[in-house]
Amino acid sequence: MGLAKRIIPCLDVDNGRVVKGVQFVDIRDAGDPIEVAKRYNEQGADEITFLDITATHHNRDTMVDVVEAVASQVFIPLTVGGGIRTVEDIRQMLNAGADKVAINSAAVTNPEFVREAAKKFGSQCIVVAIDAKRVSAEGEAAKWEIFTHGGRKPTGIDAVEWAKKMVDFGAGEILLTSMDRDGTKSGFDLELTRSVSDAVVVPVIASGGVGKLQDLTDGIKIGRADAVLAASIFHFGEHTVQEAKQQMASQDIEVRL
Amino acid sequence: MHRVVVIDYGMGNLRSVSKALETVGGNITVEVTADPAKILAASHVVFPGQGAIGACMSALNQLDLAGVIQTVAAEKPFLGICIGMQLLLTRSDENEGVNGFDIFSGNVRHFDLPVANNGRHLKVPHMGWNEVHQMNSHPLWQNIEQDSRFYFVHSYFAEPENNAVIAATTAYPDSFTSAIAKDNLFAVQFHPEKSHHAGLQLLTNFINWDGQS
Repeated sequence: MGLAKRIIPCLDVDNGRVVKGVQFVDIRDAGDPIEVAKRYNEQGADEITFLDITATHHNRDTMVDVVEAVASQVFIPLTVGGGIRTVEDIRQMLNAGADKVAINSAAVTNPEFVREAAKKFGSQCIVVAIDAKRVSAEGEAAKWEIFTHGGRKPTGIDAVEWAKKMVDFGAGEILLTSMDRDGTKSGFDLELTRSVSDAVVVPVIASGGVGKLQDLTDGIKIGRADAVLAASIFHFGEHTVQEAKQQMASQDIEVRL
Repeated sequence: MHRVVVIDYGMGNLRSVSKALETVGGNITVEVTADPAKILAASHVVFPGQGAIGACMSALNQLDLAGVIQTVAAEKPFLGICIGMQLLLTRSDENEGVNGFDIFSGNVRHFDLPVANNGRHLKVPHMGWNEVHQMNSHPLWQNIEQDSRFYFVHSYFAEPENNAVIAATTAYPDSFTSAIAKDNLFAVQFHPEKSHHAGLQLLTNFINWDGQS
């Protein structure tokens, strides 16, 4: 027995409320972040991730309040992403009780920021979030590019190469989202997940597309992810985290039950 | 009433440690501080630490806390967490070599791309929930099931010279020391403040501990 694979419910937060975008439009309300976080903690979530989905456009201090309130009651690791652009943003979130921050657009704009952040706070709390979209045509060798600003802005950067570079710069973990799959409930892009996971030494969290429990298992077994992240499958009570873990355990994946 | 102090030297998320102690605490006060007088007056001392060990040691030296830590580590119930455990050893390989407090003889080493049974490399940092195998019946293990999972996040691990101080081991995939203990000292590589029920139980046990092992 050894290290367990992790299940991470993700709470997309907009103005202090949990929401889930389907392909980043058509948002449904799924509740109060503190109550949702407590519920997931009781269900056996291994970590919880909060993504401030509007922070790229507007600065919002409400996220700090949310993190403080959750961290006072929920004693499992918390990650915060969305609009993390400066050393001060990171310090504020860590002081509020976050264990890790996820850096996305700011890493693309200024890769040195990742290096600076890792040096200052340690790689263990620096997650680089990568939003990748498949750009190869059918029949071609698979290739993905990274996109920023909620998947709207192409960068021309190869996703696998970018992941390697970010680890060289000090990222302690990669949060990998398939923009093609996000919100579609058709499962992770397993080829993307596996390509990145095999290319880096740090843990990779698969994200984007979970529609059923088997998708989580596939992310670990076929995608070789170290952790799997999902939102809507848990938010609307379709499945509990516990059910997901039991399903994974029944297929010989080591989990914390 | 117990006065628990969490040593604040600017490294890492101390809010979670103090909130977790307050949650399990009952009739105690919890203070996060760098004030030597308060640390010396505490009944229980928690020594956390995150990030790079070189930066941690520099911060301790800048705040002139090294002497205070050695004093309280010699006499009070003392709990080291993560880098707060690693700093109790003789030396760490991290940051081209950093000397610790040498309270436990031994070194802190990096995980060298561990290889799993299936031949694939395991990831570093060792991040997530792993089993902690208790090697003794220490008061801090009270009401914690053998092989309970705790949350880890680290790339370096302690290798004490004296096996008698090993309080727990964990497999990744080889066995490494995940907790050490002697006299009034207990130190863990994992994060009890982030380890849900098992972690909160360990913190409860620490608060109730009189420092006799």
